[in-house]
Amino acid sequence: MSALTRDDVAHLAGLARIDATDDELDRLAGQLAQILDAVDRVGEVAAADVPPMSHPLPLTNVTRPDEPRPGLTADEALAGAPASELQRFSVPRILEED
Amino acid sequence: MPELTRSTAAVLAQRLASGEVSAVELTQAHLDRIADVDGDVHAFLHVDADGALAAARSVDERRAAGEALHPLAGVPIAVKDIVTTKGIPTTAGSRILAGWVPPYDATIVRRLKDAGLVILGKTNMDEFAMGSSTEHSAFGPTHNPWDLERIPGGSGGGSAAAVAAFEAPLAIGTDTGGSIRQPAAVTGSVGVKPTYGGVSRYGLIALASSLDQAGPCTRSVLDAALLHDVIGGHDPLDSTSIDAPVPAVVQAARQGEVRGIRVGVVRELSGDGYQAGVRSRFDEAVQLLVEAGAEVVEVSCPHFEYALAAYYLILPSEASSNLAKFDAMRYGLRVAPPGVETPTAEQVMAATRDAGFGDEVKRRIILGTYALSAGYYDAYYGQAQKVRTLIARDFAAAFEQADVLISPTTPTTAFRLGEKLDDPLAMYLNDIATIPANLAGVPGMSLPAGLAAEDGLPVGVQLLAPAMADDRLYRVGAVLESLLEQRWGGPLLDRAPQLQPSRSVPQEVRS
Repeated sequence: MSALTRDDVAHLAGLARIDATDDELDRLAGQLAQILDAVDRVGEVAAADVPPMSHPLPLTNVTRPDEPRPGLTADEALAGAPASELQRFSVPRILEED
Repeated sequence: MPELTRSTAAVLAQRLASGEVSAVELTQAHLDRIADVDGDVHAFLHVDADGALAAARSVDERRAAGEALHPLAGVPIAVKDIVTTKGIPTTAGSRILAGWVPPYDATIVRRLKDAGLVILGKTNMDEFAMGSSTEHSAFGPTHNPWDLERIPGGSGGGSAAAVAAFEAPLAIGTDTGGSIRQPAAVTGSVGVKPTYGGVSRYGLIALASSLDQAGPCTRSVLDAALLHDVIGGHDPLDSTSIDAPVPAVVQAARQGEVRGIRVGVVRELSGDGYQAGVRSRFDEAVQLLVEAGAEVVEVSCPHFEYALAAYYLILPSEASSNLAKFDAMRYGLRVAPPGVETPTAEQVMAATRDAGFGDEVKRRIILGTYALSAGYYDAYYGQAQKVRTLIARDFAAAFEQADVLISPTTPTTAFRLGEKLDDPLAMYLNDIATIPANLAGVPGMSLPAGLAAEDGLPVGVQLLAPAMADDRLYRVGAVLESLLEQRWGGPLLDRAPQLQPSRSVPQEVRS
């Protein structure tokens, strides 16, 4: 099951929005195959009737009173922005050219 | 006054309260020490000398005015660079956040400031806390004060090294799979991962949200308790924060007691794969507890052997999701793809993440993306979550037979920088004994057990307790520390080689 090809890694890098170079893909593919072999061991445990555990604490729906509270000012929120304009984040175009 | 930097926080607190030393003098002494040795150690990514001295001055003024202060007011502290600090750069060891200055404080930073602790600066770490050696920091590794050619552990190697090199009496770490305890073990210092939910995660740059927990890095068990008490407790800003009082850790550390306490030796966390010197120091520690009146039993946790595999599915899955927020749009690095005239946001995002993330981060993001993808989810992430249940059940059964569990913290002493850098799996094995506690959410402590005969490097012993029973770590840890220090004739760190004032400028000043 852990046969992860270089093409698979390229596809996954794309899904994760990482524009990996050819060298990186070569290196990552070998390392990831090795790591997958090791983590495959979870499949050796017979656990069909075991409930999954997502979290150490049995908590559900933690809420607080729905009251306004101070947050960041616009200037604070934009302080780390790579680019901003008119109190807004300025981003590259989001549509492909047709 | 070199002794100022060698005292424990508990002693410094007394000297501050008595007026024998001022917070400004104490802070300056630590800044001087950092200037002397951090060129070689590189524990710090950023030193906030002006901010620290201003905070210290304010504490001195408030004390002079007769204000009732927290016992630790005026004591300096270093903070791992994964914790947001308003106005002080926070990078998580990543190029993608180089120069980012957060507009808010993490809850634990707020609590440190409220108690009057003096923040010296931010400590080095593996990028986004992914690693066991600090070699995955984008800004160069930290060096182990015991041997500058060796790793200080990771991911919180900077915090542990800062404490072990007497650059700070206290530091904040975070522990997702051992990142507080493993660095403590290999630097001869003390590190505690509290119960999951015991310390607020608000303002921690998340690695794996269901595993991350912040805690103290110190040179004594009592100091760890004093710091734990400051940062612990409920926080409405963290939905997973436990709404209950902090366990009485300071009282437990001051009293110490092992008579009649059942100490469980975990069968699966010893034997093959553990260095001989680690095993013999561990066996001695257990024997000391027996002589002091503890009852030692052997416990078995049969699913621990699958913990590493489950962890390296759960962590990358959560990390791949958490790190999606580094998208070059709102903060952090933005890189344009070369040769594209008007790139789309998506192209900019992919170019930025390739330029901004290091190899280990990319490995784990891609692994997590795979484990969560349709068709593989049940076999990987789903199955890992079931194994997690079995590990929690192993702990529950073990804690029916024992009040605390004990094991070596790490299989080996500090290895050489570069030794495991190209072998991710070998690096992962460092955390084999610390990972189960994160999966189950139980608290753990590492404290020094002595030096391994074959290499003269520190060995750590790990104590584990049931969730919410963090006080037991301190009760047993304080006794073990005291018995060991009687044998050694003082703290283990007294045996560390003297660091020479270095002529190289601290690295952060250069960048």
